[in-house]
Amino acid sequence: MNWNRLCAMARKEMIQIRRDARSIGIVIAMPIVMMFAFGYGVSFDTKHIPVYVYDQEKSQQSQDFLKRFQASVYFKVVKTVASYPELVRAIDTGDCQIGLVVPPDFSRKLRSGRKVSVQAIFDGTDSNSASLGMSYTEAVALAHSQQLQLEWLQARGQGAARLPLSVDARTWFNENLESMVTIVPGVVAMVMAVVGTFLTSLTVAREWERGTMEQLISTPVTPLEIMLGKLVPYVVIGLADTSLCAVMGVWWFGVPFRGEIWVFLLSTFLFLTVVLSLGYFFSVVAKTQLAASQISLIATFLPAFLLSGFVYPIDQMPPLVQGITHAVPARYYMAILRNVFLKGSSVVTMWQDFLGLAIFAALLGLAATRVFRKKLA
Amino acid sequence: MSGSENAIELNGLTKSFPGVRAVDGLSFAVRRGEIFGLVGPDGAGKTTTMRMLAGVLAPDEGSATVAGFDLARDAERAKHRISYMPQRFGLYEELTVDENIRFYADLFGVPRREREERSAELLKAAGMAEFRSRLAGKLSGGMKQKLGLVCALIHTPEVMLLDEPTNGVDPVSRRDFWRILYTLLDQGVTILTTTAYLDEAERCHRVALLHEGRMLFCDTPANLKASLPGAVLSIVCADPRPVRDLLAGTEGISTVMIVGDGLHLVVRDPQRMIPELRSRIAAAGLSCDAIEQVAPSIEDLFVEAVQGDWGDNGHERDRGGER
Repeated sequence: MNWNRLCAMARKEMIQIRRDARSIGIVIAMPIVMMFAFGYGVSFDTKHIPVYVYDQEKSQQSQDFLKRFQASVYFKVVKTVASYPELVRAIDTGDCQIGLVVPPDFSRKLRSGRKVSVQAIFDGTDSNSASLGMSYTEAVALAHSQQLQLEWLQARGQGAARLPLSVDARTWFNENLESMVTIVPGVVAMVMAVVGTFLTSLTVAREWERGTMEQLISTPVTPLEIMLGKLVPYVVIGLADTSLCAVMGVWWFGVPFRGEIWVFLLSTFLFLTVVLSLGYFFSVVAKTQLAASQISLIATFLPAFLLSGFVYPIDQMPPLVQGITHAVPARYYMAILRNVFLKGSSVVTMWQDFLGLAIFAALLGLAATRVFRKKLA
Repeated sequence: MSGSENAIELNGLTKSFPGVRAVDGLSFAVRRGEIFGLVGPDGAGKTTTMRMLAGVLAPDEGSATVAGFDLARDAERAKHRISYMPQRFGLYEELTVDENIRFYADLFGVPRREREERSAELLKAAGMAEFRSRLAGKLSGGMKQKLGLVCALIHTPEVMLLDEPTNGVDPVSRRDFWRILYTLLDQGVTILTTTAYLDEAERCHRVALLHEGRMLFCDTPANLKASLPGAVLSIVCADPRPVRDLLAGTEGISTVMIVGDGLHLVVRDPQRMIPELRSRIAAAGLSCDAIEQVAPSIEDLFVEAVQGDWGDNGHERDRGGER
């Protein structure tokens, strides 16, 4: 390998990126847009579930009960309706996801010490929200019955009644259990998986399309020099892009960064080697920019989104699918980033993920050096 | 490098693409220091031949040696000695003239001082000295081709392969271009060029005419012209089409083609033919000015070879090759 030829390739590539508006767009705009789109667009928190209420009694007791829903961040009581069909229509149209029906004998039954059933109808088309809504509703009902029970005991002269058992819960690493905190480090990994592959997928195909490749391969430059000369500028850009995403994550989205910068950069470097080599590989094989960019989007976006643990926790996948996730490099990087951001983990504790990433970096890097032939057709 | 006096040798070089045999058993040799022209219509196999010689396309059969290196074994080593200008502009439009030159100089390991001297010299010869910081994409067609030549020459090649280098180039740039090529010949560089301009073919030391992947013949332009069976008659007339239609297929006339100011005919016996032609044209109610014998051009040769009796006649072709 000749150092001067490698530098010449890298310098030429850098000038091309700088002068090409589309490359600048991919390098700068795409990560920022994706950070915002995923950071805000993907939220697994279920808050402010719209609720319609049909209070058939309208007593002080029934209102006290319903106020608990109004006070909760998980619900938003949108409207009080006066008939059952109105409630059903609201669920049909999607105006609300929960319909609460308080029976006309609510307070009378309570006073007589009998059990009261409050009807709650859930829109099951979004099963995630429905099941969360159901457990939140049950929790609200439970809290209200406890309070009623305590009041009842106190009224009977058994003052200072206490509940015997309570859980003192502390959530580590993500104190408020905000999904954004776990999502944002994952988004950084997602963005780099897509942007990294996309960047290099254009680079070789562009030379074929514009006719510059024929002249290039008639010179003594070697395939390895072409590959490294094309990838080195993108590694630098990729590290800058990832850092930009991380800074946005910390300053804009308020996600903590507890780890060490060099661990972050090392894992990013390995991951960039994976995705840039992959994009280069597609670019060499496809020979047209359109085909190469399409292949790279499909090959990186879907696995990184579905199989990396970004959306669905890997340990809850069926065993077969869990096995498949080991072939998705984004999985390792995703895990490393979450741990670096939230736990401040070291390379030693994350050695398995680092090993996985390093193996893929070596394999794909090697494949990329082998794929290019200095021949036409 | 071996002591061979040939800078380029082809031996039965063959390349097929799906449905077409682009180059079919091509053999010829280019001597060192020679400028050799490959001439032929589109699809004759010129570009495919050039690509194989440049080491960017692998032949199916046959072998070739360029600058002493067998391309099957040593294509990459040969590339240090070759400079190749593809038919399609192969430089980076986002780079300036200077940046393109520097890129190619670096790829060929040209030291900085040498690069600066040579590029100044070449750009001056190309009439491009004041365009050094212009983006290559913003140059005119002729300028682009000249920049291609400058980049190709920045490393002092032994062998130059030029694929239709002056295609679509304005006359002034073409003149610059040829002046640079002649300077190279003085320095002992071997040049193999394809051309669509037959007047350019006549500037070559030797030419090979290609048709459908095969070589029809190969000789100096003068010998080729001398070997043409019969003679070329020029008919100057204002409206050549009806005259061509009248004369096509006449006994004793093997080719009729329209040229700038009239028609060119290839005929067996010019002296007998001239009065006969006059009377036939007059009898058909058409008019013409001068009818006279002219020296054949490569174009006449070529059309005769492809369309006329000559190209179909193996014996005549062989005789042409011997001279």
